[in-house]
Amino acid sequence: MDLRFTDEENAFREEVRAFFREALPKDIYDAMIHGEYPDKDGLVRWTRILNEKGWAVPHWPEEWGGTGWDPMKQYIFLEELQKFPCPAPLAFGVNMVGPVIYTFGSEEQKKHYLPRIANLDDWWCQGFSEPGAGSDLASLKTRAVREGDHYIVNGQKTWTTLAQYADWIFCLVRTDTQAKKQEGISFLLIDMKTPGIEVRPIITIDGGREINEVFFTDVKVPVENLVGQENKGWDYAKFLLGNERTNIARIGMSKQRIARIRELAAKEMSGGRPLIENPRFMEKLVSVEIDLKALEMTQLRVVSADAKRGNTGKPDPASSILKIKGSQIQQATTHLLMEVMGPYAMPFQHDTGQGWNEPPIGPDYAAHAAPSYFNNRKVSIYGGSNEIQKNIIAKAVLGL
Amino acid sequence: MDFDLSEVQSMLKDGLDRMLANEYGFESRNAYMAEPEGYSQAMWNRYAEMGLMMLPFAEEDGGLGGDAEDIMLVMESFGRALVLEPWFATVVLGGGFVREGGNDAQRGELVPAIADGSLKLAFAHSERHARYDLAHVETTAEKKGDSYVLNGAKSLVLNGDTADKIFVSARISGDVRDEAGLCVFLVDADAAGLTRRGYRLQDGSRAAEVTLENVSVDSSRLFGPEGGAYPLIAKVVDQAVAALCAEAVGNMEAMEKLTVEYLKTRKQFGVEIGKFQVLQHAAVDMFIALEQGRSITMYATMMADSDDADERGRAVSAAKVEIGRGGRLAGENAIQLHGGVGMTMEYAIGHYFKRITMIDILFGDTDHHLSKLSGAGGLFEAA
Repeated sequence: MDLRFTDEENAFREEVRAFFREALPKDIYDAMIHGEYPDKDGLVRWTRILNEKGWAVPHWPEEWGGTGWDPMKQYIFLEELQKFPCPAPLAFGVNMVGPVIYTFGSEEQKKHYLPRIANLDDWWCQGFSEPGAGSDLASLKTRAVREGDHYIVNGQKTWTTLAQYADWIFCLVRTDTQAKKQEGISFLLIDMKTPGIEVRPIITIDGGREINEVFFTDVKVPVENLVGQENKGWDYAKFLLGNERTNIARIGMSKQRIARIRELAAKEMSGGRPLIENPRFMEKLVSVEIDLKALEMTQLRVVSADAKRGNTGKPDPASSILKIKGSQIQQATTHLLMEVMGPYAMPFQHDTGQGWNEPPIGPDYAAHAAPSYFNNRKVSIYGGSNEIQKNIIAKAVLGL
Repeated sequence: MDFDLSEVQSMLKDGLDRMLANEYGFESRNAYMAEPEGYSQAMWNRYAEMGLMMLPFAEEDGGLGGDAEDIMLVMESFGRALVLEPWFATVVLGGGFVREGGNDAQRGELVPAIADGSLKLAFAHSERHARYDLAHVETTAEKKGDSYVLNGAKSLVLNGDTADKIFVSARISGDVRDEAGLCVFLVDADAAGLTRRGYRLQDGSRAAEVTLENVSVDSSRLFGPEGGAYPLIAKVVDQAVAALCAEAVGNMEAMEKLTVEYLKTRKQFGVEIGKFQVLQHAAVDMFIALEQGRSITMYATMMADSDDADERGRAVSAAKVEIGRGGRLAGENAIQLHGGVGMTMEYAIGHYFKRITMIDILFGDTDHHLSKLSGAGGLFEAA
């Protein structure tokens, strides 16, 4: 056992930080530090800066633009990216559909889509969930019927994040209604400009427009947009959902938020003293920090085991807890950040989709705290709710 | 970073686990507990034969040159088996003072005796009103010529009833809770004026109340600087806490295993109760507590030998909190998931629960360490 980073790893961490310091545009940094995700233009600019450097898709095979870093360097890069904080490249492209395409797609699909994902020329969104298919995803009903060299798609997807920006959507569709529910599903790539697609916003409880409903009415999709084999889509979906072990705990993001809590709690006053000096507040914060430190070590155990195995074998059992604990810590830190603002967490200071150009009520850093707390309730719901995660651990790890 | 055990460490762990699996079943353990010392002298001798006593001492002193990681491995194994023998009191606590505070002559005399199993040690520090404050020492030391005279009362001295020699903290100057003014002496258990009253703790392990009435100790028995022993005490206790966290990880591992086995075999309503989702989730919560506890214990272990008292203390307190919370959750869930059988003295699970409850209290409970870490500024920094 040697639980220290190597000199090479430390040097790499410095190199990554130095690049972020030099390359991240100030307006994007300002948005991130206030807890906002950048707008479409901001993310496109940042992704292209990363892509120019060769760092937009570090975890991909080198043939398709990956860096060849070992799992520990991949992890360090992501942690520093989140901690800086820089926006993460669009997950729907680089972490979801990209790996599905380079693993199961045709040569034509790889050549066409992968470079466009890395450069964010195509904005992808995810068409998995439906009104009647949430945790029970395989019960999805959106139909794709083969007619000549096209599929005709009818149905509805929901919770579709940032579909309003999207050029493409990857969809799970039912191609065989007679088979067992997991066995009649296919994985289709659909151009959002195709006639018959309608995107309607869903406003979330924080007032933001992040998610949408997407309706498909007789949408014609060329058969060459099928990934892999017909009726094998469930396998690709499982691959996609299980493919994210190095990022799911969001250690760097929680570290950044804790640093922010500490910074702002030193400015906010309580009983004539900075809030950070209030022992009760401090104990609540430190309590979360302890959990985060434990999770960081758990994450490093997983990464280190992956490095040993060449990231091909069975995942370390500890990896299954990353999503559960990671989401709980993200939620705890967003709540603490809201507490820091005290009464100034209350004013509703942003206008859906339009930004807020009025002078701030109270400190200029308070506006996003409560919305961010509300919004982060999602992290224990999406990507397989924490209850589903526990079902998985019970079955796969404990053998129950 | 490398979380794998070295070949030597794997051999140590596997050998010890195998030996304990054969010799430390539930019935055997009950028999050991019923012996006059409250543990098995025969098992003690086995550990000595295996080299466990000499493990964490420098090779030039006659040890094996092991470190905090090796102590972690032994304590995890002991935690899985609920070992009663005073290895922790002798090698981790007593051995800690020998290793960290002993001069050449002291190490030369004591390490061989610890190594061959002939010397058992204890640490008498806590007092009636100290609670978890390490600096709270009312026991006095007065210098008289070439020796010191000790007066006071020490409480909850782990394995103090069977130790041959006892490390005793005493104050030579300063106020009751001052860090300055502390000394550590090694006192023979049969010294004139030293009396002890042994008793059992809730988990079956043993401790003693130790009274010192004009006990005379030669100045060659002083460990560390006169009046400046607080940093030594803090370091040994930090290492001890890291070791206890490892024992708790062993406890949690065993509880998880027993509980999952029980869920797979016990049937109600015609099915194994492990098919019920609400019970599955309670078992998963135990698993999460175990893995998080294992992770933070590795962190504390990595820091336990550090001379940076601030950094070391923070890591150790963080681990004690995580282990305290997770251990309680794991223990309480384990009992709940076993139902009535979990309540019985005849079944192992309750004994793990009691041990992990004692571990939470030893050297500062969850609240104490959370408050200590908080006062020290926590684990992370501001932006």
